[in-house]
This record gives sequence, C-alpha cells and structure tokens, in this order.
Amino acid sequence: MSELLRLDEVACIRGDRLLFENLSLTLNRGEALWLRGPNGAGKSSLIRLAAGLLRPAAGMVERRERVALIDEASALDAELPLRRALDFWARVDTVDGHTVDRAMDEMALAPLAEVPVEMLSTGQRKRAAMVRVIASGAPIWLLDEPANGMDDAAQARLVAAIARNRANGGAVLLASHFALDVPDLAELNMGALV
Amino acid sequence: MTALIALFWRDLRRAWGSGALWLPVLFFLLVATAFPFAVGPDAPLLRRAGGGMVWVAALLAALLPIDRLVRPDKEAGVLDQLAVRGLADEVIAAVKIAAHAIGFGLPLLIALLPASALLAQDGGRVELLATGIAIAIPALASLAVLSAALTANHKGGSAIGGLLILPLAVPMLIFGAGMLDPSGRGAVKLLAAVSLLLTVIGPFAAGAALRGLRE
Repeated sequence: MSELLRLDEVACIRGDRLLFENLSLTLNRGEALWLRGPNGAGKSSLIRLAAGLLRPAAGMVERRERVALIDEASALDAELPLRRALDFWARVDTVDGHTVDRAMDEMALAPLAEVPVEMLSTGQRKRAAMVRVIASGAPIWLLDEPANGMDDAAQARLVAAIARNRANGGAVLLASHFALDVPDLAELNMGALV
Repeated sequence: MTALIALFWRDLRRAWGSGALWLPVLFFLLVATAFPFAVGPDAPLLRRAGGGMVWVAALLAALLPIDRLVRPDKEAGVLDQLAVRGLADEVIAAVKIAAHAIGFGLPLLIALLPASALLAQDGGRVELLATGIAIAIPALASLAVLSAALTANHKGGSAIGGLLILPLAVPMLIFGAGMLDPSGRGAVKLLAAVSLLLTVIGPFAAGAALRGLRE
C-alpha cells in the first residue's frame, strides 16, 4: 500500500488549549478514516493540520500528493452563477470544463449551473464544494463536515464520490459528527485523545 | 502561472464588477470638487494648493477599498483553498497588489484630469501630477493590501488600516507634492525610490500577514 498522508507524533494547541498530542496516523491509497468526536474535540483542527493550513505544535505532517479540502466555507464567489464560480477553481487547478461538467453531474448540480451561489441552500453549497474537490483531481480528500445540510440523496452521492476516489487510488480523511454510510471506514475517536 | 492569472482576473473582475471601485474614484472627485468651495474661487491659490490636495485625496481614496481586498476572501475560504494548492502567501499578496494597482490606479489616473481642472492645474502641473501618481500607485496598492491583510480579522478594519497606511505613505506625499515645486527636481527620483521600496517590501509583509490570518 502506498502512503499518501502521514501524521507523526503531532500535537495541536489552539489558543492556550492543548487539543491533542502524540497523534500519529497514516492514510494509504484506497483508505478512508472517519474522525469522530464531540464539538471542540479537534476534528477540524486535525483536518487543517493535514491540509497544511495549521502548523503542528510538535510532530510532522507529510503529504505525498495534492490535497483537496472542504471546510465550513464554500470558497465560491457568492455573486456569480455556480458554474462560473466553479470555473475559477477549474482554472486554478488547470482542469478543463468537461471535468467540471462531469463533477457537477456526479453531484446532481447541472440544473443549478446558472443559479447565483448566494441563492443556493446550505446543502447545495456543500455539493458545490464537493464538485470543486472532485474536479480538482487531487487524490487526498480532507472533508470537514461535508454532509452538513445535505439530504439523503445528496449524502448518497457524496458516499459514491468518496468510493470512486478510493477506487481510483485516492484517500479520504473525513471529519463528521454523524456517521456516513461509507464502507470499510476506519475510525478515530478524537474525544478520547486528551 | 495559470492559477495566478486566474486570481489576477478574478480580483480585477471583483474590483470593477462590484461597483466598489467607483467609491474611491468618486471620493477623489468629490474632494477635488469640495476644495474650491472651501478656499474660494481664487485661481492662483487653487493652483498653488490644488496639487497637494490632489495628492492627499489620492492617498485617502486608496484607503477606502481596504475592507474588500482581503477580508471577503478570508471569510469565504478562498485564501485557505489557495494555500492548500501550494500557492505561497507572498505570491498571492503580489497578485492582489498588481490587481489592485490596475483596478484602482487606472480609474484614479483618469479621474485626475477632471479633478485637476477643478483645482485650476495647468497642463504642465497635470503632467507632473499624473507622472507622480502613476509612480506612487504600485506603492499605494502595496500599502492597501498590507493594511487589508493586517486588519482582515477585524470588522471595520479600514479605520485601523488608515492609521497604518498614512504614516507609511507620508514620504510619497512629500516627494509627490514636491515634484510640483520648480525647485524640487530630485523629488521624482526620491518618489520613485520610496515607491519601489514599498512595492518590493509589500508582498512579503502582506504575505506574512496573510499567513498570520490562518493561525
């Protein structure tokens, strides 16, 4: 199994509070890990550490491939139609329009292509963020509460997208306060770390 | 490189498309319009004081867009997404400075013509003003993005940003207005030197401030 993401003896301090320490984990190709735990347990901080957005107070984070991230913000220009907002990230990721079209189909967002982002519901914005992740082609997916606001059908599409990424040799680190129906999902209970 | 070009055009589109661009330009013109009412229709006095007034108005106009330069991108998660893609904060800052310099600077230079006419500036002085402000625009953009990055965590940060930017911009004000003085021949070189220094330092300082926003 080839390694995509490795956290070695990592510690995270936010403000004056130690969230966790001596945390080590490895994500290989095809694997998925569910970070669970109560609010404030450090799930989002661990995702941001893995993404390189936070520096660990101790330890080391190693990413062997490109990373795609979903967090609480959609990073889509609110005033633009959805498709144009996604096109910006397609240009940044140097992927073509067909890739975005396919990703929009996967998340059933094609009918909303011309709707301004600011008019989308929370669940639709999460699906749009998933389109950004899928279209980016990055193998390492870091998903922080990706299913928030999603209905059952959208959650099923999310689970299918995760399965496809794993089947294509990607890996998924998933923070969620509720369980998603993802097969072969390893678990890490963040609430038990400190 | 494609990512940087995409970011540049996005920032430019947001500047020109949101209408926020016209606020500083309108402010600039309003100051130029109000000044003759304040000092009276004395053409020689307007001519003498108007050049300096144009510089002050340009500097204050540069402060107005600070709130929209970094904070919306921070709140929308755009900066995080760019960082995840491996774009250095200094490079992001440099692109934002370039986009702001063009997005804000070009209309300011155009607005300079009616403003100069209102302030009784003749052709030679208009040329000097345009040259000086064109030289200063990259530095003003640099300071604006730096201030925006430093204050992005604070709502209404443009007021604090103004306090930050004004002292740093004073040398440009001195040398820029000094260019209008017949004895101030070296002022343009000093203005260029100060502008170059601020433009070079800006992306690094603003990049460090952008990095600090994530912590």
